[in-house]
Amino acid sequence: MSNHEEYLVNKTAWCPGCGNFAIREALAGALADLDLLPHQVLICSGIGQAAKIPHYIRANGFNGLHGRALPPALGAKVANKELVVIVESGDGDSYGEGGNHFIHNVRRNPDLTHLIHNNQIYGLTKGQASPTSDPGMVTGVQTMGVSIPALNPLALALVLGAGFVARCFSGEQEHLKDTIKTAIKFPGYALVDILQPCVSFNKVNTYGWYKKRIYFPEIANREDWNNALDLARQWGEKIPLGIFYAKPRPTYESAIKALEGKPLVLKEFNPIDIARVQKEFY
Amino acid sequence: MEVNILVGGAAGQGMDTVMNLLGKALVREGYGIIYTKDYMSRVRGGHNFSRLRIGTGPIWTTVDAIDIMVALNEETYTIHHDKLVPSGRVIYDPNLFQLPDEESRGVPIKLRQLAEQAGGAVMANTVAVGALLMLIGLLPDQVEQLLQESFADKEGVAEENLIALQSGVKAALEQCKACFPLPPKNKTHDQIFIDGNQVLGMAALASDCRFLAAYPMTPSTGVMNYLAAKSKSYPVVVEQAEDEIAAINMALGASYAGVRALTATSGGGFALMAEGLSLAGMTETPLVVIVAMRPGPATGLPTRTEQGDLDFVVHAGHGEFPRAVLSATSHEDAFYRLNKAFSLADQYQVPVIFLSDQNFADTHRSVAPFDFERLSQERFLAKEGQYEKPYRRYSLTASGISPRIIPGRIKGEVVLVDSDEHDQKGNIIEDAFTRKQMFDKRMRKLTELAEEMDEPDLYGDPHPDLLLVGWGSTYGVLRESVDALSASGLKTALLHYSDLWPLPSKRLLEMIRVVKRYYCVENNATGQLAALIRRKTGIEFNNLILKYDGRPFLPHEIVREVEKNV
Repeated sequence: MSNHEEYLVNKTAWCPGCGNFAIREALAGALADLDLLPHQVLICSGIGQAAKIPHYIRANGFNGLHGRALPPALGAKVANKELVVIVESGDGDSYGEGGNHFIHNVRRNPDLTHLIHNNQIYGLTKGQASPTSDPGMVTGVQTMGVSIPALNPLALALVLGAGFVARCFSGEQEHLKDTIKTAIKFPGYALVDILQPCVSFNKVNTYGWYKKRIYFPEIANREDWNNALDLARQWGEKIPLGIFYAKPRPTYESAIKALEGKPLVLKEFNPIDIARVQKEFY
Repeated sequence: MEVNILVGGAAGQGMDTVMNLLGKALVREGYGIIYTKDYMSRVRGGHNFSRLRIGTGPIWTTVDAIDIMVALNEETYTIHHDKLVPSGRVIYDPNLFQLPDEESRGVPIKLRQLAEQAGGAVMANTVAVGALLMLIGLLPDQVEQLLQESFADKEGVAEENLIALQSGVKAALEQCKACFPLPPKNKTHDQIFIDGNQVLGMAALASDCRFLAAYPMTPSTGVMNYLAAKSKSYPVVVEQAEDEIAAINMALGASYAGVRALTATSGGGFALMAEGLSLAGMTETPLVVIVAMRPGPATGLPTRTEQGDLDFVVHAGHGEFPRAVLSATSHEDAFYRLNKAFSLADQYQVPVIFLSDQNFADTHRSVAPFDFERLSQERFLAKEGQYEKPYRRYSLTASGISPRIIPGRIKGEVVLVDSDEHDQKGNIIEDAFTRKQMFDKRMRKLTELAEEMDEPDLYGDPHPDLLLVGWGSTYGVLRESVDALSASGLKTALLHYSDLWPLPSKRLLEMIRVVKRYYCVENNATGQLAALIRRKTGIEFNNLILKYDGRPFLPHEIVREVEKNV
């Protein structure tokens, strides 16, 4: 088993007390526990504080555009299905700017792990509402308070057919690490929505706010979709944590002929075979 | 000696299938042909037509004059009859409409009735093709053979179509036997019959492109269709993205992870890709983007043609980064040119845009078979010993090109790419020194990249007085215009660009010095190539011949404009 310290590189640019530190530690711990070597892992991210993670974990990294963490992850997985691909980004990136990609990749079900640092606020741009901000939150832009309902990512993912849906809290690091491990091992798209306080800009959803509300429900059957949806919809006085749903379905990759056998990137190019394609035009 | 045919009708009448069969039959016989489509952005109704020009040598473009018209509806006759030559013929269905009394060129064939007798009204086109064959004096055996091949897996369909074809042949025999005889066959070499999108799809496959992500958009969708059909039997994956933003970012992910990747779209879709293009520039990820132009702005004319996006693709994407823009003079050129796009993308780790347009994408031509051995699949990846350890994705080099390895393939080495400004390892930086160092590294690639650009193709009089300058799909029509102008005593040449950016200008500067007048001919409203030339060389084109009504040039239009000015 490798040491999780080996994955931690570079000095971070996060605020002291940020929930991102615990998520980084949990991810490093999960990779170490799973004996994954840095070259076997690819972390794709967009833009935001969470999206800086490829710089702080030693692995392959594609730190792309804001909102666009999922598409390159899918492309990379197609090119090399042996890569363990982790998509890691914030709530603004994954649910706002990248909402369309979120919707359609849940449907596709590629074998990716999607870790979302959900702090219910825009941190990098200093404190505007995110898609998951609760109604009423006052910000420099939402001066009269957020007036539209929050997006519920877990319920949305379940309705779209996600096979793995979990909620964690950065303040519960061991649980987070175990959940990430399970998500990485899950065959197919796995969503882990990680509640995370933003100590600088979110004065509503603080450590104390979460601590008071979170609990770990008994989940007898993780293939019970209705129960998962009930848990996903619980928000407010009580916020459940855990793996709400885990039921594999055929992955995106498994339906593609060209992805059978060796990874696409390693397949032989056969010029004689290819030249035959011209025949149909004679 | 040549024959020009126009077939017109409403969308949904199934003309395309049988016209393809006829075209292919002619190509097998050894004729040179071009087959172009003018269609509306609708699935049913409207007025669609196609032109088929048949000759003995290579055919470069269509012309206005019509020898034989197949009018599947009355509108076709009404719109096009003034272009019918005096000795022309009109095949039409007298049960559908009557020609005017003064029209003596009619060949009435009860297309629908004969088709119904053969098994279904849907085969009216096949009856029409039978009649066409009789008019041009061609035996139906090649078409029969092709009908058998095409409908081999649909029981009874081939047989019914053969009956329909024969009934057309017979009906025409009584009225107009070989009234437009084709010139003698000239089968000296094998030919293929292929449209522009198919050329690009096949070139991509043969260039070892393994991933296409795209969102369907006319007129680029044919590339996607081609590769998707091949993805069952070849190592290529086609993904229909949720939008063009996803498409380009998926392609970048696949390219980063080691396979040649492509996306294809038209101007509107490319607008959505602009940020992704900039990402390709910043992360130095090889990428080929096919942009099949159609008239804008906005949705414009979805099924028509224009060369209106040259400026756009040369400048698209925020920030400054090296890129290449290529187009092609012809189907022949496009096959090798797209391969060059993949090679340049890999070698220089830059995005390369291939500019196509509807006029090229949808046009079928007879061409000599492509030589697959001329294509390169060289990936320009660094081997063990060609990079320093630990590996740094953006290590500084004299050429600006950093050794590239594929993530996941080498134990102990990781590959980090970043859309933020970064250091040699790929980590985010903000300091001024590193910023400038990395910017200079990227831009250094332009020096060698510019050397890779082919000078424009020169055709026509070696000592011309007049010079026409064009780019992309107008090569054929300009070539024919040069021939016509030369025949009328004007010493004319054509300088035609395939590689557009970085703009090669040596040959242009040489030619401009010796000619009396020069014209830039473009399928757009502002003369975009002329503007790029002025920017690069200071040369001002005072004579612009522009067309932006959504239709391709016809030779007489260019000849007329030149003669006006001489």
